[in-house]
Amino acid sequence: MTIDRDEVDHVAALARLKLSDDERETLRVELGQIVTAFEALADVDTDDILPTAQVIPLVNVERDDVAIKSLPRDEVLRNAPRVEDGQIYVPPVLDETS
Amino acid sequence: MGRDLHCLTLHAAADGLARGDFTSVELTTALLDRISSIDANIGAFLTVTADAALSQAAAADARRATGEVNRLDGLPIAIKDVLSTAGVETTCGSRMLQGFIPPYDATVIRHLRTAGAVMLGKTNMDEFAMGSSNEYSAYKVVRNPWDLGRVPGGSSGGSAAAVAADECLAALGSDTGGSVRQPAALCGCVGLKPTYGRVSRYGLIAFASSLDQVGTLTKDVSDAAMLLGAIAGHDSRDSTSVDTPVFNYLADSDDGLHDLKIGVAPQYFGKGLAPSVGSKVREAIGTLVDAGATEREISLTHTELALPAYYVIAPSEASANLARYNGVKYGLSDVNASDVDEMMAGVRAEGFGSEVKRRIMLGAFALSSGYYDAFYLRAQKVRTLIKDDFDAAFEQVDVIATPTAPTPAFELGSKLGDPVAMYQSDIMTLPASLAGLPCISVPCGFVEGLPVGFQLIAPAFEEERLLRIARLFERFRGDMEAPAREVDSL
Repeated sequence: MTIDRDEVDHVAALARLKLSDDERETLRVELGQIVTAFEALADVDTDDILPTAQVIPLVNVERDDVAIKSLPRDEVLRNAPRVEDGQIYVPPVLDETS
Repeated sequence: MGRDLHCLTLHAAADGLARGDFTSVELTTALLDRISSIDANIGAFLTVTADAALSQAAAADARRATGEVNRLDGLPIAIKDVLSTAGVETTCGSRMLQGFIPPYDATVIRHLRTAGAVMLGKTNMDEFAMGSSNEYSAYKVVRNPWDLGRVPGGSSGGSAAAVAADECLAALGSDTGGSVRQPAALCGCVGLKPTYGRVSRYGLIAFASSLDQVGTLTKDVSDAAMLLGAIAGHDSRDSTSVDTPVFNYLADSDDGLHDLKIGVAPQYFGKGLAPSVGSKVREAIGTLVDAGATEREISLTHTELALPAYYVIAPSEASANLARYNGVKYGLSDVNASDVDEMMAGVRAEGFGSEVKRRIMLGAFALSSGYYDAFYLRAQKVRTLIKDDFDAAFEQVDVIATPTAPTPAFELGSKLGDPVAMYQSDIMTLPASLAGLPCISVPCGFVEGLPVGFQLIAPAFEEERLLRIARLFERFRGDMEAPAREVDSL
């Protein structure tokens, strides 16, 4: 299976990865090779098989709705790149003109 | 006082501490000295917390003086850098998390602290636990203590090399598709991956959440049992941890191996397996048979499909899990970017290495519209077939024996240009990971001066059986005649 440049760019956009031209080409080739190596999956008859998302015998784990103590705000924010007024600062999300 | 304290097993060191042959401070000092003298040539540690280790050791000695002794009291252990350690930098082998200081301990770390263990530092690993050679660490290469020109395996390569080079008594790792067992095999130590759900994943930095499990790297099987006993158990902070009894994994029994049925599947002894490794594993199975076990041929028909199924499922989960590294809350950032989209795409371009980008791309591709059914959903259905194979096999046998890795340690750089060849290092460990089963790799000999491991796989939550059989194997195998380790010539 070959993957083209547009597909690489589309997937990179979905994954929020900025790729260099070299990376785009390398990944195009490598993803094609990897996906080709996986073609055996297509040969399996899976029509009547249910998918397995997880293997443990647990369903809908719930807890009592009881408030518990959380970490102090300062500690949680200690790793934040930029903090203002006890909040995390991020660059603009919306265009000022919009 | 013995000069070779760093060579002890956990249980021998526990006995020595109990007898008063040495103190935890002496033991910890011996290991810190060992790390200082050789780790520049091994690269097993990313962070060494010498001061904290010595004060934990002193506290353990003080407790012992008052008669209070916990189960791992005063025993120095290394921690893979994938586990959150409060106040100690946790990078996950990535530039993305350089300088990240977790505000809390992973549950397993909390358990180790309660048990009195001394933490020596954080071990090197493939970035975000993705890799089979440790060459994808963003920081430095790890060298195999047996041959410094070879890889230690991955992704817990730092933990395995640290144990094999006697830089710690034991270490924690994590295993998603073989990341504890494969480096254990390549470095000649014991690697245990518990059942998915046996050990809490709270504070284990997520790679593929339906597969990730904390495991142990130790010098023998009893040490694996000792460590598992300390870290296993239900945790309300991990809704995938299962509330099932934790046994005394160290308990010995005189049952021997009579009545034991060992399953051997031809699918693990075919294409891709180095014949020399295959014959060592056959010998190990022979050792169990000589000791009274019965060998049964079983068929694990879908084994070959584990590789493609895993390398669709794990990267898909990774592409979702790693979405959190976007420069907002922690890690690498660029708050001066003109807008948030530019910040995210830029930070991820700079912070992730080549293998992580490859897996994110692969996962995002497999989940994307038009490919979801053909790849992701199909891989999950194949996962069912692989699990069903194991369920059927365990109707007939008690445990399954396979090689752990298809070859001994390979040369540094030899697979870096070929992702598919690198992925094939995991073909023997992936199937049991997809089925969530407990497995252990135990050393069973040497080929051309390099260690070989064999893998035992048990039904879910049967760690007690797994460890009992592994320990009996170790006893019947006896001490192996080991070739010279290159680390000893440093």
